[in-house]
Amino acid sequence: MSGLVVNRLSVSHGAIKALRSVSFTVEVGQLAAVIGSNGAGKTTLLRALSGLNTQTSGSAQWKEREILGARPDALVRRGISHVSEGKSVIAELSVKENLVLGGIWRSKKSDTSAAIAEVVELFPVLGQRMSQSADSLSGGERQMLAIGRALVSRPKLLLLDEPSLGLAPLVIEQIFATIDQLRRRLGLTVVLVEQNAMSALEIADFGIIINLGEVVASGKASELIDDPVLRAAYLGY
Amino acid sequence: MRKKIALFILLGWVLLIIGDRVDELRVYQGAQMAMYTIALASIVLLTGYSGQVSLGNGAMMAVGGYGAALTLNNLGSPIWFAFLMAVVCAALFGALLGTAAARLSGPYLAGTTLALAVGLPAIANQFKFLGGEPGLLFDVGFPPERFGEEFTQYKWFFWISTFIALIALFMTSNILSSRFGRTWRGIRGHSLAAELCGVHSSRMKILAFTVSSALAGLAGAVLAMNISLVAPGAYALSLSFALVTGAVLAGISSLPGVVFGAFILVAIPEIADALAGRLGDADKLNHYLPGLIVSILLILSVIYAPNGPGENLRKHLRKKPAR
Amino acid sequence: MQKVIETLLIGLSTGSIYALMSIALVLVWRSTRVVNFAQAGQAMLSTYIGFEIASRSEIFWLGLVFAIAAGALVGAGVDYFFMRVLFKHATSGPAAVVAPVIATLGLLGLIRSIVGLTWGGEFRSIKAPASTDGFTVGDGTIPFSTLDVLIIATVSIILIALALLFQRTNLGLALRASAYAPEIAQLAGIRTARTRTIGWSIAGGVGGVAGMLVTSNNFLSPYSLDLLLVFGFIAAVIGGLESMAGSVIGALVLGIGLTFILNYVGTSLVFIGGFSVLILVLLIKPDGIMAKGKARRA
Repeated sequence: MSGLVVNRLSVSHGAIKALRSVSFTVEVGQLAAVIGSNGAGKTTLLRALSGLNTQTSGSAQWKEREILGARPDALVRRGISHVSEGKSVIAELSVKENLVLGGIWRSKKSDTSAAIAEVVELFPVLGQRMSQSADSLSGGERQMLAIGRALVSRPKLLLLDEPSLGLAPLVIEQIFATIDQLRRRLGLTVVLVEQNAMSALEIADFGIIINLGEVVASGKASELIDDPVLRAAYLGY
Repeated sequence: MRKKIALFILLGWVLLIIGDRVDELRVYQGAQMAMYTIALASIVLLTGYSGQVSLGNGAMMAVGGYGAALTLNNLGSPIWFAFLMAVVCAALFGALLGTAAARLSGPYLAGTTLALAVGLPAIANQFKFLGGEPGLLFDVGFPPERFGEEFTQYKWFFWISTFIALIALFMTSNILSSRFGRTWRGIRGHSLAAELCGVHSSRMKILAFTVSSALAGLAGAVLAMNISLVAPGAYALSLSFALVTGAVLAGISSLPGVVFGAFILVAIPEIADALAGRLGDADKLNHYLPGLIVSILLILSVIYAPNGPGENLRKHLRKKPAR
Repeated sequence: MQKVIETLLIGLSTGSIYALMSIALVLVWRSTRVVNFAQAGQAMLSTYIGFEIASRSEIFWLGLVFAIAAGALVGAGVDYFFMRVLFKHATSGPAAVVAPVIATLGLLGLIRSIVGLTWGGEFRSIKAPASTDGFTVGDGTIPFSTLDVLIIATVSIILIALALLFQRTNLGLALRASAYAPEIAQLAGIRTARTRTIGWSIAGGVGGVAGMLVTSNNFLSPYSLDLLLVFGFIAAVIGGLESMAGSVIGALVLGIGLTFILNYVGTSLVFIGGFSVLILVLLIKPDGIMAKGKARRA
């Protein structure tokens, strides 16, 4: 069964077209890396998929149901979670509150508690800091908390926006390893937006390269890495 | 520049001729309109140009009004000096407040000026030398005899207020098209960018606050002349409300728009009167209908035409040929 | 010495009412980034409704319940029918920044006129729910009365209820999350628009209580709550506009301070005193007493 099918998706910011007729498919359980330079439209793509950008045309379906035009909170209920750019945690809340937030839409509190317990198992470091404020975490821990919060809602499709942003190289490696583990263990479908092209493609099944709002290349991650032209033009070496 | 002077002189002459042709009530309304024009110009300069909100222009007018009345009554000075003192008092007060205000962002400034609008007129109640609730008389005297018997008191007010309004508008328009006006607009949009270009943004904001207060003070003195009185009730919160409404209707950054705004403000009580007369129960209606109309106008314009109906009209006209 | 203590007590009673108004302002400010000047109008309308019920049933507390309900309903209505429309039409241009605050001013005028047209402008009063005679201490009486005790108790109960709501419930968490980071809250599955409306309605209810309490031994008129709005705003600024706890502290400090001015200097300086506090706080500690050196967000 096809998972995420994006067909001729265009997004505008007022008069400016930030994304022009983008099409791609991500099978269930696959990890797709969306690569491109600053301002290429990667974040715009994710924001359209999670319902934050509403000026869209074309279509995007998750498991044969349209997601464009739905509100973010409705999409969360359908199993789509978006971890937005820049360690999206709420600094004023405690670690625990941030995690509870991920399951706040559920009517049963016990489900949320169970999901939080699972997340703490995945990220033990969060378990030790439950009552601290999210503000006190390090950059890497914050990113884990942000991903953890998304996992509490038990998503099927995870949209990750630049998880490596502003992190030290060692921590970046760790985060990517974690993402790879997670999606295998939980059977997640992942769309990972990254500037850090090589690291992202290494854990991806599939790569999409975006430039100036258009898809310039897509294909198996391993093939993209080996393509000398793409390497020179978009992957940086 | 010369063209502008000629334009203002012509405008004044036309107004005087009109003043000769209409009845007493219209003459009084003309004088009030001149007063509102000055008051609205002060808001346009402050909010439309330098981007600071002031909800308390009624209070600034009160400062001017009381300043003028105290000068006239205690020193027995000529009228022009009383008006000058109104400007000076309000400018000083404005500079003082502006020093604090320049450091405040939107909500703080809005709240502070609103507090002033609520509290300042009430303060007048508490001090003997300000005349308490009944206020102070403000009598500019009879019109000079050489104007003849026909020349009524209200026509005299009309002449004076129109003259003052024309001068005030002329000077404001010059300030706004000068270096200062441009700098203010720069601060409004991008305070930081302006700062990086070497503009001392807080000093410029204080200057805007001072000039704006001076204008408001002048308007306050003109109001005092028109109703021959300065009293807390004349500068109540509802006056500040009306001014904000007028400024939004004027198109908050358009100086010519203030004439339209002033016209609406003068027209509202007239319309309310007519409506109240039809609907009966005159007491409640007389008291609250003008406020109702003002608020509805303010709400509608802030939602549908926050930059003034003029802008919507321009947009509309611009769209049409494209079709 | 006795005068100092009675001034403190009266100040506490006055300040606790300011606290309610300032909490109402802070709640709306946090979620909507607007200082809601219409709060005075909303509270006034709720109080008129509460008065109507209280004077007909002769039960003050029934009136209070109705005032809370009316306040909550009006608050929700203002957000749903008014602020949402306003933000949908949000434009650029010189007026964009000032439009919301001017709109709330317009709303204050609108509610005032409607109340004036409905109930007229004359002063109204009601039988206080408790004795307004001061307690007897030694051989004299002090102006602190049973009513003041009742006011402080009522406010305390409401503050505790609010604290529990915000710290212990999912709704409270949703309210806080939507206020701090609306986008993240939305991505977590919170219906932020609805949450905001709930916040407005809580603020409205709290404002209704403030209106009822402040008028329980005073007069009510279409203008009578303007000063409460101003003092509530000053208290909120002392607390930094963001913090509910801060605004309560600010309100108590302000209430006690102004009562001292009232008792030792005279009525003429009460407003000037309050205004000076506002200016001083804004100049010296513009982020309020609760700020930890973090930059203000708005």
